[in-house]
Amino acid sequence: MSDALLQMRGISKSFRGVQALKGVDFTVRAGEIHALMGENGAGKSTLIKVLTGVHARDGGEVLLAGQPVSPRAPRDAEALGISTVYQEINLIPELSVAENIMLGRQPRRFGLIDWKALHARARSALQRLEIELDLHRSVSSCSLALQQMVAIARALDVNAKLLILDEPTSSLDEHEVAELFKVLRRLRDQGLGLVFVTHFLDQVYALSDRITVLRNGELVGEFKTAELPKLLLVGKMLGREPAATEKVGATPVTGDGGKSSGDAFLVARQLGRKGAVEPLDLEIRKGEVVGLAGLLGSGRTETARLLFGADRKTSGTLTLDGQPAALSSPAQAIGAGMAFCSEDRKSEGIIPSLSVRENIILAMQAGRGFVRLLPRGRQEELAAHYIQALRIKTPSPETPMQNLSGGNQQKVLLARWLCLQPKLIILDEPTRGIDVGAKAEIEKLVDSLRREGMSILFISSELEEVVRASQRVVVLRERRKVGELSGEQINEGRIMEMIAAHE
Amino acid sequence: MRQFFIRKNLPILATAAVLVLLFGTFSLLFPNFLSLRVIANLFTNNAHVGVIAVGMTFVILSGGIDLSVGSVLGFTTIFVATLINHEVPPVVAIGLALVVGSAFGAGMGAVIQVYQLPPFLVTLAGMFLARGLAFVVSAQSLEIKHGFYGAVIDFGIPLTEQVTLRATSGIFVAVFLAALCLAHFSRFGRNVYAIGGNASSALLMGLPVARTRIWIYTLSGFCAALGGIVFTFQTQSGNATNGLGLELDAIAAVVIGGTLLSGGVGYVAGTMMGVLIYGTILTAISFHGQLDSSWQRIAIGGLLLVFIVIQRLLTRAPAFGRSN
Amino acid sequence: MSNAPASIVSRLAQSRLIWPLAGLALLLLFNLVFDRAFFDLSTRDGNLYGPIITVLRLAVKVMLLAMGMTLVIATGGVDLSVGSVMAIVGALVAFLAERAQLGFPGLLAVGLAAALIVGLFNGALVAYIGIQPIVATLIMMVLGRGVALSITGGMPVRIEDAGVLFLGRGFIAGVPVQIILVLVVFLLTALACRKTAIGLFVEAVGDNEVASRLSGVNARGIKLLTYIFCAVCAALAALVSIGDVGRVEPDRLGQMLELDAITAVVVGGTVLTGGRFTLTGSLIGALLIQTLTMTLVRQGMPSDVAPVPKALVILAVCLLQSARLRAQLAALFSKSRRAVS
Repeated sequence: MSDALLQMRGISKSFRGVQALKGVDFTVRAGEIHALMGENGAGKSTLIKVLTGVHARDGGEVLLAGQPVSPRAPRDAEALGISTVYQEINLIPELSVAENIMLGRQPRRFGLIDWKALHARARSALQRLEIELDLHRSVSSCSLALQQMVAIARALDVNAKLLILDEPTSSLDEHEVAELFKVLRRLRDQGLGLVFVTHFLDQVYALSDRITVLRNGELVGEFKTAELPKLLLVGKMLGREPAATEKVGATPVTGDGGKSSGDAFLVARQLGRKGAVEPLDLEIRKGEVVGLAGLLGSGRTETARLLFGADRKTSGTLTLDGQPAALSSPAQAIGAGMAFCSEDRKSEGIIPSLSVRENIILAMQAGRGFVRLLPRGRQEELAAHYIQALRIKTPSPETPMQNLSGGNQQKVLLARWLCLQPKLIILDEPTRGIDVGAKAEIEKLVDSLRREGMSILFISSELEEVVRASQRVVVLRERRKVGELSGEQINEGRIMEMIAAHE
Repeated sequence: MRQFFIRKNLPILATAAVLVLLFGTFSLLFPNFLSLRVIANLFTNNAHVGVIAVGMTFVILSGGIDLSVGSVLGFTTIFVATLINHEVPPVVAIGLALVVGSAFGAGMGAVIQVYQLPPFLVTLAGMFLARGLAFVVSAQSLEIKHGFYGAVIDFGIPLTEQVTLRATSGIFVAVFLAALCLAHFSRFGRNVYAIGGNASSALLMGLPVARTRIWIYTLSGFCAALGGIVFTFQTQSGNATNGLGLELDAIAAVVIGGTLLSGGVGYVAGTMMGVLIYGTILTAISFHGQLDSSWQRIAIGGLLLVFIVIQRLLTRAPAFGRSN
Repeated sequence: MSNAPASIVSRLAQSRLIWPLAGLALLLLFNLVFDRAFFDLSTRDGNLYGPIITVLRLAVKVMLLAMGMTLVIATGGVDLSVGSVMAIVGALVAFLAERAQLGFPGLLAVGLAAALIVGLFNGALVAYIGIQPIVATLIMMVLGRGVALSITGGMPVRIEDAGVLFLGRGFIAGVPVQIILVLVVFLLTALACRKTAIGLFVEAVGDNEVASRLSGVNARGIKLLTYIFCAVCAALAALVSIGDVGRVEPDRLGQMLELDAITAVVVGGTVLTGGRFTLTGSLIGALLIQTLTMTLVRQGMPSDVAPVPKALVILAVCLLQSARLRAQLAALFSKSRRAVS
C-alpha cells in the first residue's frame, strides 16, 4: 500500500454492552480526500473519536505513517499530527480569530504573550488557506463558513498531517460550500490527508477521491469515488443491493391496500422555515399513514417539528381539520389534537427519574392543568393498559424510566402520546434502537391506529419499514421535498432513485 | 466592524458610563465631592473589596463562583492578629496567611475539578468551614499593635498637600495591575477566558482545563487572604466576624463591571470600575449624612438589575449563527 | 430489580431519605450513649421544655425556608433572596404594627402580599426573561435588604402585636406554636404537591424541561409558582422569627439563612440540579444540622464554630452524590453495584 498515511485495522469499540464498531478497517493516503459515510448508528463518529483519542479502542491497531499510535486525549492526537474540525465548531466564541487559532500555543517573550508575533503567525496560517480575514474580529461575529476556516487554520498551525472534517457543510449555503472546497483541494494538493465525514451525496461526488461506507458498526467497503455510481452508494448505505430492490418493490403495503377515508386532516401549503426546511406541500388524510423518507440531514425531523409547532414557520399555511391553525407552542398543537413522538428521546422525550406510569400520563395531565390531578386509580389503569398493549418490559409501573432499555423507553413515550387519543400523531424514528420483535409490534400498532381513523406521519431511515407501513410516501432530500409516491408506486427502489437523483 | 466592537464591549462601556455619570451627578450635588482626596479615599477604603473582587473576576470568568472569600478574609484577619500577638514576625504571619488562603482555594478547586461537583456547593462548604475555623482560632476581637503595622499605616506617598497615597491603595492598585497582566498577557489568563467561553471546546482544543481550574480557585483564595491582610492594615485588628457577606459585594462589583456570570466575557478593568462605583455610592451616602446604609443596598441592587437585564438582552442573539 | 411487594424496610433502604435519617439516627444514638440528658423533657406551666424542644425551635426557621427552597431547587433553580424577604416582611410588619396600628390579620395579609410581589419578581426574571436563578435572586437579595433597612430606618423595632408574639412564643397543648406551624405548612404543601399535579410538574420540569415542554407542560408557570411559594415560606419564617425574639433587626434578620436552607435541602436528598424532591428530607436535613450543632455544643464546641460541621456535612453529601467518587470506590472494592444512571 503506497504512501498510506493512516491505517486503522480491525477497530472495535463497545459501550455498556452495545457494540459501536466491529472490526472496522479505514485507510487514508497522503494527498487524498477520503469521504466517510454512513447512516445514523453506523459508527462514523465513534471511529473518529477513537482516532482522535476521545475514546480508547477495545481492539485493533492504528498506524500513522507506518508507526503504531494510541492517542489518549485530543492533545495527544494533535501532537501526532491528527487534527479535527468538528461540526459544532470548537472555538471560543467571544475571543478573536487570531486568538482562537493560537490558543494554548501563544508565542511568548520574557514569559508574557507576544501579541504581535501571535497575530503574525495567525495571519500566515490563514494565508495558507488563501483567506483574508480581520484577525481582531470575534469568532462569533463571523459567519459559520468563516468560523470553519478559522478552525481549519488552527488545525493546520499544529502541523497537521491528517485533517478530519466532521460534517463541515451542514450549515453552509452553496456559495460557502464552494469556497470551502477550494480550500480543501488546495490542502490536498499540498500533501495533506483529509477525512470528510458527511451525508451530502452531491458533495461527496464533487470533492472526494475515495469513499468508505460504514453500516451498523461494520465496514461495508472502500471505493474509488469515480467507480461508484450514486445509486449503488445509496444502496450500500441503506444495506440494500440494487438488484434486491426490484424484488422488494413487491413488498405489499400493510393491510387492505390502504384506502383512507379521504378527508384531509392536515393540509400544509408551502410550509417552510428559513434555514431548516424549504417550503413544501403536504397532506395527511384521516386514517392514513404518510411516510417521510430521506437520508440523514434531509430535513425530516425539521419538517415534523414545523408541523407540530415546536419551531415557528417563516412561510406557508397549515390547516387542521378544515380550520386554519397558527401553532406557536407544543401545548397548542396538543390541544388541536396533534402528538409528536420525538426522535431524540433522551433529551426530548424521557423524564429519567420519573416512573413509567408518570411518564405515560404526563402529556394527558398537562392538558388537565395544575389542579385536576388524574386520579391515581385511573393513572394505574392507563399505565397497566399500555404496558400490556405495547408489551413494555418493566418490573413495575413505578420503575424509574432510566432503568428501562431504549426500546422500552420508546414504547413508554408512544404510550404517553396515545393516551391523548390524538387525531394526528407524528412518529419520528419510532423503531430506532428497538429489537426486531418490538419493531413488529409497533408496526402492527401503527396499522391498527390507522384503521381507527388516526392520521399518522411516519418518519424512518429504515426504508422497508416506511414502505410497509405507508399509503403514501413523501421523499425529502437536502431540506426539500423531491417527490411523492402513493399506493402501488411505493417501493424502495423508486425511493432510493429519488434520493440519489441528480438535479 | 465597529458594531461588533460595540456589541462585544457594551457591558463595560455601560459600566464606565455609569461611573462617570454617578461621579458627575454627585459632584454637582455635593461640594467637595470632585476632589483628589475623595478619589484617593475611594481606593483606600475599598481596597479590601477590590482585591477580593479581582480574584473573584477570574473565577466568574471561568464560569464558576466562589462563596468563601468573605469567610477567608475573616479567617485571615484573626489568624494574622493571633500570630502577631504570639510574637510571630508580621512578615512571617502575612506570608503564612497567604499560603493558607491559597491552599484553601486550591483544595476547593481540586474537589470541584476532580469530583465534578458544583462550585456553588463546594465553595458554600468552604465558606462555612473558613468561618468556623476563624472562630476556632479566636472568638474575640484582637488588636494588632506592632511597629511593622505602625510603619505601614504611616507609610504614604504625598500627592498633594492634603492627599497621600496609602499603602492599602498601593496594594489594591498593584494587585489590579498584576491581574491585568495575568488576564491579557499570560496563557493562564487566556485559558480562563477559554474555559468560561466554552469549556468543552477548550478541552477539545487541548487546553489544560483541569490544572487551570484549580489554579483559578487558588488565585481566588490568595486574593481573599490578601484582602484580609489589607483589612488588618485598615482596622489594625482581627476579628472572626469580618467579611460577613463580602462575597456578595464582590460578586456585585464583578457583575456591575460587565463580566457575565455565565463566564467567558469580561474585563479586570471592569471589576475595578465596579468597585469604584460601589465605593462612590458609599461615599455619596456618607456625604449626604442623613441617608442610611439601606440606600447603598438599593442602589447596588438596582444597578445589578439593570446590568443583568442588559446582559440578558445582549446574549439573546445566538453566538454561532444558525442552529442546526 | 426486586419483584416482591415493597416492604417498608426495603422501600426505605432504596429511598434517598436513608442517608439523612441514618445521620440523624446516629446522632441520637450518640446522645443516648454519651449524653442522656439530651432527651430530658420538662414541663413548666404545662409547656414542654428541653434540649430536643430547643433543637426543634431553632430549626423551625430553616425548616420553613427549606420547604419553599425545596420546590425551587426541584425545578432546577435556587433562591438566594429568602433571607432578605424575611427582612422585608419583618420590617413591614413591625412598621405597620407600630404606625398603622394594624391588627394581626392585617399584618398577616400585608406580609403575604409582600411575599407575593417578591415571588412574582423573582419568578418573572427566571421563568419569563430567562435570567439564571442565582443571578436573578441575587438581585433581590441585595435590593430586598436595602428596602427592609429603609422601611425602619435601620433601627430595631419592638414587636408588640399579640398575634405575632403568639406565633413566636406561644404554646398549644404544651407544644410550641412554631412547631405546629411547621407541621401544618408541611402537611398543606405535601397535600398540594401530591394531590394536585403540581408535584409531578415540578419534578418533570426539573428533570427534563425540554421534554416537559414538548409534552405540553406549562414550565414557566410552574417555575413562577415555586418562587412565589418560596417567598411565602420566607414570610412565615419572618413572622415566627420576630415573634420569638420580640423585635425586628432589619440588618440581621434572615442573614445567611438562605445558605442554611439550601444546605438542609441538599442534605435531605434533593439534588441541586433538580428533579425528584422530598419535603420530608428537607425537614430532616434541617433537623440533622441543628441536632448536630446542639450535640457538639453540649460536648463543648463553642457555638461560633458551628459552621464547621455544616461544611463537612455538605461536602460529605456532595461527595456521596458524585458519580466519580462512586466509580473510584467501586473500582476499589470491585463489587458489582447496580449502576443507576
